[in-house]
Amino acid sequence: MNKIYSSAKEALDGVADNMTILVGGFGLCGIPENLIHALRDSGAKNLTCISNNAGVDDFGLGLLLQTRQIKKMVSSYVGENALFAELFLKGELELEFNPQGTLAERIRAGGAGIPAFFTPTGVGTQVAEGKEVRQFDGRDYVLETALKGDFALVKAWKADPFGNLVFRKTARNFNPMMATAGKITIAEVEEIVELGEIDPDQVHTPGAFVQRVVKAPSLEKRIEQRTVSLG
Amino acid sequence: MAEKLTREQIAQRIAKEVHDGFTVNLGIGIPTLVANYIPNSMSVMLQSENGLLGMGSFPTEDKVDADLINAGKQTVTAVPGASFFSSADSFAMIRGGHVDLTVLGAMQVDHKGDIANWMIPGKLVKGMGGAMDLVAGAKRVVVAMQHTDKKGQSKLLEACDLPLTGQSCVNRIVTDMGVIDVTAEGFELIETAPGFTAEEIIESTAAPLKISKDLKTMSFS
Repeated sequence: MNKIYSSAKEALDGVADNMTILVGGFGLCGIPENLIHALRDSGAKNLTCISNNAGVDDFGLGLLLQTRQIKKMVSSYVGENALFAELFLKGELELEFNPQGTLAERIRAGGAGIPAFFTPTGVGTQVAEGKEVRQFDGRDYVLETALKGDFALVKAWKADPFGNLVFRKTARNFNPMMATAGKITIAEVEEIVELGEIDPDQVHTPGAFVQRVVKAPSLEKRIEQRTVSLG
Repeated sequence: MAEKLTREQIAQRIAKEVHDGFTVNLGIGIPTLVANYIPNSMSVMLQSENGLLGMGSFPTEDKVDADLINAGKQTVTAVPGASFFSSADSFAMIRGGHVDLTVLGAMQVDHKGDIANWMIPGKLVKGMGGAMDLVAGAKRVVVAMQHTDKKGQSKLLEACDLPLTGQSCVNRIVTDMGVIDVTAEGFELIETAPGFTAEEIIESTAAPLKISKDLKTMSFS
């Protein structure tokens, strides 16, 4: 068994039109840059992308909006993307907004074999329209269903050949849940270390959730809001 | 009428809602400024919903790290004792009632404690982000906002007419005119901004406003 692929292109083998793809990251932090480029180059279209945000116009998932490969986005916030707004207003892009915590939990549930769950988030709002609401201990909760993907594209800091993953700082965000919810999970990483080199106590995502690993040849790690203090 | 409070003054007053040992999530806008007024003597952990507990100030140029941002996508630092975690854990923290206080802005709040702050029909909607989870899950919800909108209309209403972010969830509102609690009987004015009378605030509020029997003038420290 070899989980290590030599390129993002090879790692995406099997990606096809009409698939649902989970894409990790928060804003541009912790996104699988090279896998996104390779997904664009694959030409797969009519994709449903589940990702907290939609990148910016010329980076991240914004690249797949430029090429009109995305049919539908499932996100919590898409404010930084002008092209997104334009496509949405022209009716060329479907959009499903989820509260951020509901999105995270739907993906977590999808990977954990839980088909649905009740949450207090969104009760009495548009989010709850058409969904079952049930009372527990005197409080209302809305039923939300699980999310899964044909592929999950995640970004980690380190992997070993078994696919054990370690994330770095706030680049972790949605990546661990998404890794559990893909039929095929591909991890793009900065470094592949020897088996045994990651202390088992420090593994964030156990390798059973990860089918493919690819080392990023380079990463831009673009920063959306560079804010500094003078010290 | 007296001069309304500045954004900084609203933030300064809200800092008094923060207590030693609190875990606090601050939204974007005026809420972000609250961090500047939390006394150093207090041990307070700032939570950022993208997966950071123990957010510090902005980094110096040499400490900028693309892997360390806050929920506003700004580069930040982590304080000693900080932790990083997934979005699922972050919202378990929020929804599970482990965040003591959240401060957020609003377009409208009504006297039942409903809040609207994420969409205006007919305008481009950017998404609710984590706001719906925060108002549903934090132990205490404090709103920071101007008392009236740009047209002079009250943002405190009998019923929100914009799409809701959450229902019956707001505990306290700090505006540029006063501090208002949401009680079982509706809005109650507990503090007036310096120079404002209770009558002037009632006049600017489009919902019944009770006056607390302990009404005070707002102080900032």
